[in-house]
Amino acid sequence: MALADVCGFKLGNEHSYFGPCAEGEMGMPTLKDALRMSESFTFPCGVNLQRDINTAFTSDDSKVKIQFDHGTTTLAFKFQHGVIVAVDSRATAGPSIESQTVKKVIEINPYLLGTMAGGAADCMYWERVLASQCRVYELRNKERISVAAASKLLANIVYDYKGMGLSMGTMIVGWDKKGPALYYVDSDGERLVGHMFSVGSGSVYAYGVLDSDYRWDLTQEEAYDLGRRAIYHATHRDAYSGGVVNLYHMKETGWEKISQTDTAELHYQYKAEKEKKGKK
Amino acid sequence: MSNRYDSAITVFSPDGHLFQVEYAQEAVKKGSTAVGVRGKNIVVLGVEKKAVAKLQEDRTVRKIALLDDHVALAFAGLTADARILINRARIECQSHRLSVEDPVTVEYITQYVAKLKQRYTQSNGMRPFGLSALIMGFDNDGTPRLYQTDPSGTYHEWKANTIGRSAKTVREFLEKHYTEELQANDDECIKLTLKGLLEVVQSGAKNMEVAVMRRDKPLQMMESDEIEKYITEIEKEREEEAEKKKQKK
Repeated sequence: MALADVCGFKLGNEHSYFGPCAEGEMGMPTLKDALRMSESFTFPCGVNLQRDINTAFTSDDSKVKIQFDHGTTTLAFKFQHGVIVAVDSRATAGPSIESQTVKKVIEINPYLLGTMAGGAADCMYWERVLASQCRVYELRNKERISVAAASKLLANIVYDYKGMGLSMGTMIVGWDKKGPALYYVDSDGERLVGHMFSVGSGSVYAYGVLDSDYRWDLTQEEAYDLGRRAIYHATHRDAYSGGVVNLYHMKETGWEKISQTDTAELHYQYKAEKEKKGKK
Repeated sequence: MSNRYDSAITVFSPDGHLFQVEYAQEAVKKGSTAVGVRGKNIVVLGVEKKAVAKLQEDRTVRKIALLDDHVALAFAGLTADARILINRARIECQSHRLSVEDPVTVEYITQYVAKLKQRYTQSNGMRPFGLSALIMGFDNDGTPRLYQTDPSGTYHEWKANTIGRSAKTVREFLEKHYTEELQANDDECIKLTLKGLLEVVQSGAKNMEVAVMRRDKPLQMMESDEIEKYITEIEKEREEEAEKKKQKK
């Protein structure tokens, strides 16, 4: 490493100074192996992250003033024609809206999608690591990785950092040999299989809408409408969700981005529909 | 600690040979014969059972090992080395099930065994594994597979193969008698395995161990009376062949 050389820094015994590293076939990656190092974090010795991190960031007399982005609404559900993924696009830092145009669906590869809820950086970073692991799997095994395996890879990776402050609630959506698949993975190491999930501060509102209108035999258009509607209602009531609704459809041939609709537009659209119904 | 073993045992010779690996292959040639035949719906493994001493318990010598519900391994060579490989392979099968939520394909576990063997041809202070393995089973999609690995760490897929003592003779026999029609008939596959073994082994069920795997069914070790039945059939067929030839004359 250039900086290390300039400062005259010498790594005596490369194994003892740093904490958990990803183990490769050739042994522990060293600092010089930048490609390997980017897929794992090294920690300085003597810091007990699991003990200190919670108090550092959440206690009232903490000196740390960074507030993490946690607000979002994301949802995904399986139905007869595949899986629908719908997300909002707002990023907040405390009471301030930082962005209304965040991409909360991460395109891992043409047949795998991941959603983002919790810490934006954590989700984006680890899902990109997942993408590279999936590609290596594909090359080694001459066949696409199954969604079960991909979600398990992610869950096992973040479990290594459990209690150290990662914040990630993601849904892994894909279509593999066993059909459409939907998994929920979070930074506590939880991994659940299911046919409907909603994650984020606005998920409570989205669940209400989803649960009342969801059926397995929805038509494609009905499913798109349901996804958009659920996100809209969440953005309407949850302060930390808003922006636009990004809608994706996972089909047998891979994912397709269906639409990007401004929630304000949806608001007036649904208002008009309600009034029409009322007049009848 | 590894500094003490700076000089690797497996090094290249001036003319490009890895002598330790070749010597390991010699060890394999001294081991008891193993035959594998792959059919359309069945895979068969047969091994030669060396005569046991009077006081020795018969069934404690097992040369066909189950790696997982759907994959089995037979070997020729050093039994102790095989035990290590089989243990590691069994763990890998379960580890794969845990991380990927799917059973291993036969190729995957063969690759794993081959990778392990290769590592020992390139490491300090370790000698290569002295065994070749025949790994057979069914993939998830129902395709039957038969692979062979050797001490150098290479592996190939085979329709029928043999390793160990007199492998060359038996392989020539298999090449002559393996046909596409035979593939589809389970009994014929079993008989071919037995016929292959009979080329090198004295006739008798007590000199062979045969394992059969059918799609979606567990590995089945054939009982000695079943083997005897097949052997009787084979001998009858051979007599009939000989009769026909006599008549033609």
